Amino acid sequence: MSELPKWAEIVLVPLISLLLAALLSALIILAIGENPVEALQIMITGALGSTYGWGYTLYYATNFMFTGLAVAVAFHARLFNIGGEGQATLGGLGVALVCIHIPWPHWSLALLAAVGGAAFFGAAWAAIPAYLQAKRGSHIVITTIMFNFIAAAVLNYLLIGALKPKGSMEPATAKFPEPTHLPSFQDMFSTTETILFRGAPANVSFFVAVLACVAVWILIWHTRLGYEIRAFGQSETAAKYAGISPTKIIMITMMISGGLAGMMAVNNVMGEAERLILGSVEGAGFIGIAVALMGRSHPFGVFVAAILFGFLYQGGAELALWTGIPRELIVVIQALVILFTGALDNMVRMPLAKLFAALKRSPRAEA
Amino acid sequence: MDLPTLLQILDSTVRLSTPLLLACLAGLYSERAGIFDIGLEGKMLAAAFLSGAVAYATGSAWLGLMAGVGASLFLSLIHGVASITFRGNQLISGVAINFLAAGITVVIAQSWFGQGGRTPQLSGDARFEPITLPFADALREVPVIGPVYFELISGHTSLVYIAILFVPLTWALLYRTRFGLRLRAVGENPASVDTAGVSVIRLRYIAVVICGVLCGFAGTYLATALQAGFVKDMSAGRGFIALAALIFAKWRPWQALYACLLFGFLQAMSLRPDVLENTLGFKVNAQLLDALPYILTVVILAGFVGKAVPPRAGGAPYVKER
Repeated sequence: MSELPKWAEIVLVPLISLLLAALLSALIILAIGENPVEALQIMITGALGSTYGWGYTLYYATNFMFTGLAVAVAFHARLFNIGGEGQATLGGLGVALVCIHIPWPHWSLALLAAVGGAAFFGAAWAAIPAYLQAKRGSHIVITTIMFNFIAAAVLNYLLIGALKPKGSMEPATAKFPEPTHLPSFQDMFSTTETILFRGAPANVSFFVAVLACVAVWILIWHTRLGYEIRAFGQSETAAKYAGISPTKIIMITMMISGGLAGMMAVNNVMGEAERLILGSVEGAGFIGIAVALMGRSHPFGVFVAAILFGFLYQGGAELALWTGIPRELIVVIQALVILFTGALDNMVRMPLAKLFAALKRSPRAEA
Repeated sequence: MDLPTLLQILDSTVRLSTPLLLACLAGLYSERAGIFDIGLEGKMLAAAFLSGAVAYATGSAWLGLMAGVGASLFLSLIHGVASITFRGNQLISGVAINFLAAGITVVIAQSWFGQGGRTPQLSGDARFEPITLPFADALREVPVIGPVYFELISGHTSLVYIAILFVPLTWALLYRTRFGLRLRAVGENPASVDTAGVSVIRLRYIAVVICGVLCGFAGTYLATALQAGFVKDMSAGRGFIALAALIFAKWRPWQALYACLLFGFLQAMSLRPDVLENTLGFKVNAQLLDALPYILTVVILAGFVGKAVPPRAGGAPYVKER
């Protein structure tokens, strides 16, 4: 297969995949008797037409940035971490323990500790499948899937037992104490005259996510470890020859990945719910797969793709509110994006490669 | 535990094992041919929806079955095109199929029936009814054998018996026919099959199609036999438990039956915590029971109790040498 120019690989292939997904989604909307153009308009106004809409879009995008980065980092070592869901669940546990058991004087300190707690729990949850992959050869995809279910069971067990406040019937922790409440965008950007982002859940952890994007970019392209991770991903045997330990790379990469997924809890558990509830991850761990694929595993790509998926999520909620199109349409779009960018990318790439080869040839033929 | 309670639990074990078994055997064909399939869950779900919808519309469970198999086959072929023809990532394709099914079943169900993403309740011929085997009623009064035959062996839907029949059938097909030999070979060393002049692509497509058909049975069973109609996300992780059972069984048909019965038994027990507590004398945590199939699978995968080695060429697209 002939090579594509780099810009086509980075921009054109995901864009065409997205267009294909959008086209199919439009057909589905038509098939259920709704108007796709109207649907798109509702989504755009609902998600981007007000600071309120943006507040939700960016809130979702924050979740997806963390989980997308998690999948992307693992992809660089050619590891498929499908366990973001479980790692983010455990990250929530880390956040809850930090917030409930330590009396914090100020939210900024609590935030730092919560990031640490979330990352630690997420990393620990990813470390077990990583160890089994590195030392026992157990396929990491299967073990991380199993660990998603085990994480759900663990959290369920804790939330109806040890973590539930006395007298409460709901499987949830107590509300976190006041000083751990993170400033929302409304607190940060509103003035006394104009209130922006009213009631929207976007909060300061958005900036933590952006920092995480930058940190991952530095890690992957500007550190020795990042080089080793990429070398391992390109060829395990070559990496071994270069003195890179596969065990070390698998363990470290997966723990960074799990830590990033876990950090998502700072946004949804600490920033939004302000307590730990059952099923708070809401599939964001899986959306990370779509985001990483769409963003071509590059932190900037992940950033853009996360905002796109944030838009889809908020837009989808608005659709369900104003039309007969259920929210699950977004799951379909997400599936199509994963399918076209991840599994059928050769279908997009092959004709493009032919086209570029033909374009290259024709000027010379004329001369 | 007395006999009636035991029989009740074993009876629900059989009923809960059936969808696992069908999906597990489906995965067995696909993975033995070298195509990883983590999309079992999605195919079951799609089949459950379409079988429920068609059974409701036509009033016939058998037409529902055909529709269910059709829905599952459609997703199977997407998986085949992605992973065989376009040599895409089989795992990612599986993930996509799971989400596709989870989303589109609700979208269409809402559009067709407007009941919040479910089909209306099925009744009468739209469901698979239990079959009473010959002499079951006559033998009922015979001590021990009578109730066992009446409660446990007789009185299931035809899909249950079909599922169990698939086990020896699969065994015979895999180990006693030329096709089975080739199918196993294509998952271990496709190049050798190709050298022998047999098409790798064709064999893998056949495996994927068989997988689709069996997942169709599994999903149909959920909506038209185990329950009366489709509800959102009704596969509830069964596709992944089936995958776990497949690994537990080390990709072999008889062992798949035992693994599915074990996991079905665990599911049946978690529905009856009272019985468990009375028998063991202490309270067993329900979450532990739910998580046990997954924990057992990780232990098996880790090779602490016998090693599960997947088919060697699994997950890798085949590129013919030029």
